[in-house]
Amino acid sequence: MWAYIVRRLLLLPLLIFLVTLFVFGMYSFLPPKMRASLYVQDVPRSPDAMERIIERYGLDQPIHIQYLRWMGNLLRGDFGWSKTAQRPVLEALAHYFPATLELALWALIPVIFIGIWLGILSAIHHNRPLDHATRVFALVGWSFPSYVYGLLLIMVFYAWLRWFPVGRVSQWVLQLEATGGFHRFTGMYTLDAILNGRPDVLADALRHLVMPIFTLAYIQWALLLRITRSSMLETLRQEYVMTARAKGLSERVVIYKHAVRNALIPVATVAGLLLIGLLNGVVITETIFNYPGLGRWAATAATQLDILSVLGFTLFNCGLLVLGNLFVDILYAVIDPRIRLE
Amino acid sequence: MKLFLRLCKNPLSLTGLVLLTFFVGVAIAAPWLAPPPWPREPYRIARCGFSPIPQPPGVSNPIHGIRLIVTGQAPICRVRPFGTTGEGQYDIYYALVWGTRTAFKVGLYITGISLTIGLLLGSLAAYFGKYVDEVIMRIVDVFMAFPFLVAAMTLAAVLQPTIGRGLVTAMIALITFGWMGYARLIRGDILAVKERDYVQAARAAGAGHLRIIFRHILPNAIYPTMVMASMDIGSYVISFAALSFLGLGAEVGYADWGQVLAFARNWIPRLHEYWWIIVYPGTTLILFVLAWNLVGDALRDILDPRLRGRITV
Repeated sequence: MWAYIVRRLLLLPLLIFLVTLFVFGMYSFLPPKMRASLYVQDVPRSPDAMERIIERYGLDQPIHIQYLRWMGNLLRGDFGWSKTAQRPVLEALAHYFPATLELALWALIPVIFIGIWLGILSAIHHNRPLDHATRVFALVGWSFPSYVYGLLLIMVFYAWLRWFPVGRVSQWVLQLEATGGFHRFTGMYTLDAILNGRPDVLADALRHLVMPIFTLAYIQWALLLRITRSSMLETLRQEYVMTARAKGLSERVVIYKHAVRNALIPVATVAGLLLIGLLNGVVITETIFNYPGLGRWAATAATQLDILSVLGFTLFNCGLLVLGNLFVDILYAVIDPRIRLE
Repeated sequence: MKLFLRLCKNPLSLTGLVLLTFFVGVAIAAPWLAPPPWPREPYRIARCGFSPIPQPPGVSNPIHGIRLIVTGQAPICRVRPFGTTGEGQYDIYYALVWGTRTAFKVGLYITGISLTIGLLLGSLAAYFGKYVDEVIMRIVDVFMAFPFLVAAMTLAAVLQPTIGRGLVTAMIALITFGWMGYARLIRGDILAVKERDYVQAARAAGAGHLRIIFRHILPNAIYPTMVMASMDIGSYVISFAALSFLGLGAEVGYADWGQVLAFARNWIPRLHEYWWIIVYPGTTLILFVLAWNLVGDALRDILDPRLRGRITV
């Protein structure tokens, strides 16, 4: 197993190098003057300001030298200036990250429980009405764009019924924060509310989170449901399940003790896909619900051609995805010994 | 033909086929269903007046309409079956009818081009093996390290200053990050077929590389990839509409479903009063994607039982 992990780790630097090369490639699509303008933080005053900036940042140098300079800046933690966030890109990432993390963590709960649970149910009831119903549900869910779903949720529960608000917290929480009655320890309101001992803030933050959570979660249900179902069907046909039944164990024990545990192994592999879905999903979800996280910031930056922010966000996402996949592969090798022999 | 009959037998895929036929019909009949006010630019959405708020489905004020015709200020727009968006007064019915053409174009182009790239690189990697395989698969790994929609959004934003906002930009962005799945799948299937006896026989008979790849290997390995591609058409249409929704797809005023949905964002606090901005385009988009998914799902079960339960993103 260690050989496998080491091999994966050795490929990692190469992958990271190629990813940065590619991101730099996208960046160098822009004409030099446009790239120069990205470095400008206020209105340039002298007429030759552009030329001076191009010279200062080496934007007219050969491409490999530019790449090395750019890479050097990245390694020093200098991702450039974000115009949309009005602060350095790295700081903006750190600033918006807790909000997105909070949303993603909450969204995982319904994804995992409803997705896996429905998948198991539909495998147990194979080819019976419940199975057909979940199949249709998954297909419809798969065809339902998250932005349509989110807008419909807003139409019914925000505009019409006024049950759930959009945004992140209510005005009074922000006021409480400004007057010093509420400390931000982690940047995640639900956690901070518990740390501050304020159940009212917790309730408010959760009320804001309900709609985004369900928008972010529902497309993943379809994915998990289908995978859990097919893996569970496969497992139920195995001989050890038959043995367990032959021993006279109750159906409950057979399914939840013998079958489910093995059926969930392939499900672990799609954790990588879930992560991609989540990373893609936050952009749309946060934009619709006006939830101030990484996704909304990146979408705004993209439409306002704040390229450095977008590239920083992309690099950040790539890093997460590469590490996430590495983690999943290693986890897979740990829980399923058959993989290691490959 | 046998395939078609089997598709018709399953109620789910039959529904899909009926829906697809309907959309094909709408796309073909677009000039009659919604006569373009600017015949040279049929994709420019017809507009109905200058009111800042969305107009409900129905017949517009006839006197106002006549005045506009007389003064020549706006194209004729007497009936709005699906209402209008707020700013710009874009006719939603017109946008949906002509948007059907856009959707077909986008879905088929993106899938077709990504499939071609994927097939080409995947079969090269599998057939020549060794370092060719290693290099191509590392390239695939690099592209796989980008989350699809985020990467497409980035590329679309970066391309905008050079080639402008529009259909082509968004399609290039989606294709760039969409071909890897096909390359991986076809590579695996070719590896399985490559050492079969009939390939060896062709090689022994002196067939060249291209002949072996195109005549002997690809026809025996291509089905799973084709099925996967048919299932992807719908999700590419969703992704493209998502880019439009975020303001990185089709230009403003271009008949495209995501574009119309983006207008709904401006009316969020009163969306239930202006429900037509979201309900009509949303339903159209869902039905279109559902049609492809229903057909693709059934095709998969028929053509490639191996893939059952496999999920592609």
